[in-house]
Amino acid sequence: MDPRRGPLAVPKVRRVGFFTSIEPSPETPRPNRSLSGPAEAITSSSPLSDSPSGQFISPVQIPPSRHHSDNLASRAAPVPVPGPSAFRRQLANDRTLHVGSYNPVDSLLGTSPPSSNGEVSEDSGSLFGFQRSDSAKLSASFPNGGFDMTVAVRAPGESEAKVATASTSDGRKKNVEASGESESVATKPRKEKETRSLKEKTSKAERRAIQEAQRAAKAAAKGEGSKRAGESSRPKPSKPAKQPQPKKEAPQVTSSVSEKRAVSVEKERRMDVPQTQMQYDDKSRVDKAKRRSVVEQTESKNKVELFLHLPQYERGNQLPNLSSNIFTLDTIHHAVYKVGLQHLAGDIAGDNARCIAMLHAFQEAINDYTTPPMKDLTMDLTAKINGYVSFLIECRPLSMSMGNAIRFLKNQIRKLPVDLSEPEAKASLCSEIGRFIDEKILLADKVIVQHAVTKIRDGEVLLTYGFSCVVEMILLYAHEIGRKFRVVIVDSRPNLEGQKLLRRLVTRGLDCTYTHINAVSYIMGEVTRVFLGASSIFSNGTLYSKVGTACVAMVANAFSVPVIVCCEAYKFHERVLLDSICSNELGDPDAIANVPLRNNKKHSKTMDNNKNLQFLNLMYDSTPAEYISMIVTDYGMIPPTSIPVIVREYRREDLLL
Amino acid sequence: MWRRSASFILDRSSNSPPMADTTQTPFQNPDAISAYYQTRAAHHGVITSDWLAQAQAAVEQPDSSVSDLGAERSFNVIDEFNGWRKQPDLAEAVAAIRAMAAVIRASEATTMMELEIELKKASDTLKSWDKTSISLTAGCDLFIRYVTRTSALEYEDFNSAKSRLLERAEKFGEISCKARKIIAMLSQDFIFDGCTVLVHGLSRVVLEVLKTAAQNNKLFRVLCTEGRPDGTGVLLSNELSKLDIPVKLLLDSAVAYSMDEVDMVFVGADGVVESGGIINMMGTYQIALVAHSMNKPVYVAAESYKFARLYPLDQKDMAPALRPIEFGVKIPAKVEVERSARDYTPPQYLTLLFTDLGVLSPSVVSDELIQLYL
Repeated sequence: MDPRRGPLAVPKVRRVGFFTSIEPSPETPRPNRSLSGPAEAITSSSPLSDSPSGQFISPVQIPPSRHHSDNLASRAAPVPVPGPSAFRRQLANDRTLHVGSYNPVDSLLGTSPPSSNGEVSEDSGSLFGFQRSDSAKLSASFPNGGFDMTVAVRAPGESEAKVATASTSDGRKKNVEASGESESVATKPRKEKETRSLKEKTSKAERRAIQEAQRAAKAAAKGEGSKRAGESSRPKPSKPAKQPQPKKEAPQVTSSVSEKRAVSVEKERRMDVPQTQMQYDDKSRVDKAKRRSVVEQTESKNKVELFLHLPQYERGNQLPNLSSNIFTLDTIHHAVYKVGLQHLAGDIAGDNARCIAMLHAFQEAINDYTTPPMKDLTMDLTAKINGYVSFLIECRPLSMSMGNAIRFLKNQIRKLPVDLSEPEAKASLCSEIGRFIDEKILLADKVIVQHAVTKIRDGEVLLTYGFSCVVEMILLYAHEIGRKFRVVIVDSRPNLEGQKLLRRLVTRGLDCTYTHINAVSYIMGEVTRVFLGASSIFSNGTLYSKVGTACVAMVANAFSVPVIVCCEAYKFHERVLLDSICSNELGDPDAIANVPLRNNKKHSKTMDNNKNLQFLNLMYDSTPAEYISMIVTDYGMIPPTSIPVIVREYRREDLLL
Repeated sequence: MWRRSASFILDRSSNSPPMADTTQTPFQNPDAISAYYQTRAAHHGVITSDWLAQAQAAVEQPDSSVSDLGAERSFNVIDEFNGWRKQPDLAEAVAAIRAMAAVIRASEATTMMELEIELKKASDTLKSWDKTSISLTAGCDLFIRYVTRTSALEYEDFNSAKSRLLERAEKFGEISCKARKIIAMLSQDFIFDGCTVLVHGLSRVVLEVLKTAAQNNKLFRVLCTEGRPDGTGVLLSNELSKLDIPVKLLLDSAVAYSMDEVDMVFVGADGVVESGGIINMMGTYQIALVAHSMNKPVYVAAESYKFARLYPLDQKDMAPALRPIEFGVKIPAKVEVERSARDYTPPQYLTLLFTDLGVLSPSVVSDELIQLYL
């Protein structure tokens, strides 16, 4: 018991959400699959599965050899034999109204055809999400637990399956928008693997049988398919009805059919499900994305384990490449192309600037746009914009605010009246974009300045971190209206954005102190207010901003200095962020390795190609809401707990559906 | 709609007739010290139950007389306001709301815009009359928002629009008047048998809460802080003893000493700010800190017209409301005296707010304000 459990305790927690194929070892995908087993058992609340041991070590208890036949028998047999947890699950399945002939242990061992796993997990995804990832922890380490039998059985099929998945995953799209991450991330790879491993496992005769059955079932499926199309919005209830019957007769054969069907249902459903961010540790999807990508990027060798899900490429080599074929690429509008290059080269920094540049480029692109014959402006333009967006993402991951702006634009396109002529539509879109820039960004900044200035009294010492254009405006305005105050600018390597702010403030005659973040705890003692910029603020009040912000906010909190965050309301995001790992951006690792004003030649030689050394240059971090005293937005000064109110009340009309 | 009042709680119980009474001594507003606290002090002098009983016996109809008065001569908000304010049981903000309603009634404007400007002017006058009073400012602002934010302004006929406004104004006044009863009904559920309540300051809402709880045969004990320099605790304990509630007076400095026998802290509020924190009589902050560190709940009873669009970051972030402080001995001229009358309690030290909108957590205050103002 103990030796077995030992490895279970290995805290691979972080891997759960996005871990699929870090290393090409055959075991890795398994956790994902096996985990919904326990989850199923738990949630179906079968009395037998209540015992903890049944849940946790069940995969270990079942001898694989017995499994083959036994399990099939158990399906036919109405009375489950207490004992092996496979049976318990079977029981649990029976109770869950045949949501599918799901038997996790089967699929784990790759013996009997796993019928519609994907379906089950999708159905229950929202509910089971957490349990699943919990148990993933356990099963993730299971391969190491010394259960050799399963490994031996599965390994070959798995590895082949893995190669194959890359080609089969065409249905899956690269995603831009986010939410519901954990669910689909966890389910997709698992399902893929299952479909493949099933095919590898079946013998020739079996396969023929399958084919025949498929043909027979196809006719039946068609009838059902039309039915399903009718209720495609609610595909769930139709499934349990169709599956149990064929399963009873010839489980091996028909389940694969139903599984095919499941895949198609799955595809349909995926259209509805809000799309998640692309996880870059998902090999197949990355490969696919690469094939479509415009920018050629080499993956960086320097990979930090916890952040494998983030896009990480070598910097510097795409730029000449891109700028050389600027004339060959006709799919991307030149204005967008320019902005993309600027993002890539880092010429435009700052969220507002990037967002405005992008919107201006879109404006230009829309102006030059003509609807191709036989096409609808709404559809075609949206597709065009999607193309632009994915190009921009390849150049540099979008910031949250840009995501919001893009959503706004797409929504505007969708809301265009049908009877509008093309020039009118274009003009209206351009003016809407212009309005967005003016109202949501420029005017918002002015309002924020007006509000924030009321919080600056004479004789105060204000601390700011890095460079935020709103904070700069506030400081300059407060100086203009004659407030007497001092500014402490805290900066950090490698970007040293604070120097830009320092230069601008000093030339305007402000009294400044410049220091690095290392000294923040020292300097905080004399500070009376902390002003911070933001990249985004999430529904739970979490501030997502330049890396180091959290540190500054926490130190300020420890000194009970009020922390004021200045953020335009268009940057608010309705997602919830709990840590800075799930959503982040990786910068150039060399920027950390190289110290300016020092001869790095020899130094970097020893550092390069050192397997034990990885550089992590994170761009953002998240500050929990309790460290923020106040958020100044264009809707006034609000506590961080009120972000959802703003998102709910004021974004509905222009952003959401 | 923002004004979803929790007044349904009143419908379940037969409430006593509203208290109204006659005028009393005239009033002046000295510049140096906070008029708000002056009024409070004046009211404290008279808000004894036997006095109220007398006043109730001689109840009259202030509504008609006042409005007639206003319609005849050139209308003055301050006069009107003062007229209302003299009623000890009427909160200042409610008086202001009543006065503003009278402004609409007396208005001779012929267009909506004119009326709005008139209202704005009246509220500005009222606000500038006493800048330290948060509830007055908040009450005026809320009144204007509530009354003018309606489709009534789009009526073609001005008179119907005006009467519609008046209706809303009356309704607002009504709700504000009932607020205290609503809060009392809501919060008496939180007082359980055998509990000990610590009370700071003489809040009419808190008194109402305790009274309602006692009327509902709850058995509880009250600890009153002394409430220097006004001696508010003495007054409150006097009131409570009349209701046969066991009460104990404490020094203001004995709060931490007796906190472990306390089950909950009950305070009123001068103003509820956007962060969800409250501005209240001096000493509230430290009581909240002590209660927080000993894990005792801090409940605030405040009417929703005290919700103000303020966001103080720290104690010095508000205009101080000064008041005279008697030390009983002569203070040397070189010694400085802190004369501020109120402090700010941040939301993280508050457990719940009992308002006429319902029982709210501090973060909801901002939600309500955002919905009303934006």
